[in-house]
Amino acid sequence: MSLFIDVEVDASARSNADLVKKLVEVCPVNIFAASSGKLDIVDAHLDECTLCELCLNAAPPGSVKVKRLYGTKDVLVRQS
Amino acid sequence: MRFYEFESKRLFGKYGIPLPKGSKVAATPAEAKVVAAEINGPVVLKSQVLSGGRMKAGGVLFADNPDQAAEAAKKILALEINGHKPRGVLVEARAPIAQEYYVGVTWDGVARMPVMIFSDMGGIDIEEVAEKHPGHISKRHFSTLMPFSDFMAKELVAGVGLSGDHLNRLSRLAASLARIFQAHGLTLAEINPLARLDDGTFFCLDGHVDMEDDARDTQKGILKDLGIDPEEKRQARPPTSFEIKGAQVDAADPRGVAGNVVEFDGDLGLVIGAGGGSLTLFDAIRKHGGKPANYCEIGGNPSVSKTCELTKLILSKPGVKKIAVMMNVVSNTRVDIVARGVIKGVIESGQKPSEKIAIFRIPGSWEQEGFKILEHYGVEYCDRTVSMFEAAGRAVAKMKA
Repeated sequence: MSLFIDVEVDASARSNADLVKKLVEVCPVNIFAASSGKLDIVDAHLDECTLCELCLNAAPPGSVKVKRLYGTKDVLVRQS
Repeated sequence: MRFYEFESKRLFGKYGIPLPKGSKVAATPAEAKVVAAEINGPVVLKSQVLSGGRMKAGGVLFADNPDQAAEAAKKILALEINGHKPRGVLVEARAPIAQEYYVGVTWDGVARMPVMIFSDMGGIDIEEVAEKHPGHISKRHFSTLMPFSDFMAKELVAGVGLSGDHLNRLSRLAASLARIFQAHGLTLAEINPLARLDDGTFFCLDGHVDMEDDARDTQKGILKDLGIDPEEKRQARPPTSFEIKGAQVDAADPRGVAGNVVEFDGDLGLVIGAGGGSLTLFDAIRKHGGKPANYCEIGGNPSVSKTCELTKLILSKPGVKKIAVMMNVVSNTRVDIVARGVIKGVIESGQKPSEKIAIFRIPGSWEQEGFKILEHYGVEYCDRTVSMFEAAGRAVAKMKA
């Protein structure tokens, strides 16, 4: 279970094969994995998130959210 | 890296430092017998172990003929000293000694230069001479930037009042030792005792050499000449189970460094590092009266999981009451990532971060993010306005509270 970071990806993004491939490629700490063209989030890697925002930039605005589970509980999300 | 006595002597021999007749290593009693026969006189046989106390443990024996030498070698080769098995047995000629001296070269960390040390009281610990007979010891620093000159060695030897032929001969030996020290990246080159025979000649009776680990690459040639595998690790004692597990933590994940641990018997676990910071912080803890449970090195941006595993390992050590997480100012390690790792390690160990982490003092990259995490978990932290020494003092104070 992650203590520090949570990542949410909306349903349409999760089933978009091209986007899934892109997310898997860009994440430097392997938070995303592909399973039959669909997106899996690897819970064990969530706390390794470096807040690099590469996933936010790779996906359509608002489809990926990175949440801090500490402090102000800021949510990182790409604005349109 | 420590050298065996026979390796030290081989190195000294290459620079013309006289050695006892024979001075060969035997791996079997039969080989010892052959060397003793070549010497054709009384011999001394010495266990080749990287440990002190050989004489007391029975690792140094004498023989008057080759058969006795074989028997002595058999005993020595079967003898383990302080957990070390002998690499072989050194067989050398015995000769009547008129006087024993000490000469050594090492680093003076305070002066930040090498220092030569000489005494006309050899054969005993130089620390004991310095304490009880300070008039019989002299020191001379020298630069690593300037060529070494023989007059420096002469000043050293003359410092204990020697003159004439003895001064000249001993100065040449001391100069050779200083040149060996400089040429081969050594941290210690020592001859103790340096013996003077009745006929006025000198030779190295026992020698110690330590080479800086980082010098191995540049010293491959001499290591090959001496028959030393550059990859061979030589430690003062075998690694403990704690240390082996630390190395496994480090090896399991290539991201950053977290795991080079050395076990001590204190109660304050240390997660420390950064450009010499770990040594400074370790010393600071001790200066404040704290008792470190371990030494360690973290840096190069270790992953959360790696730092977490290291923290769990340190907390699993019996007697560890709290941990102190401290580094120098870091630019290549993220403060928030280390904060996550140690907090996760504490929580996965079933403990509360606010109680278990005595102090968190890592200033540098992403420190504001790190401080948010620490505040969230109620961990006491400080930034670069608090010195490493002061942070160490706060950690020790918490242990005593």
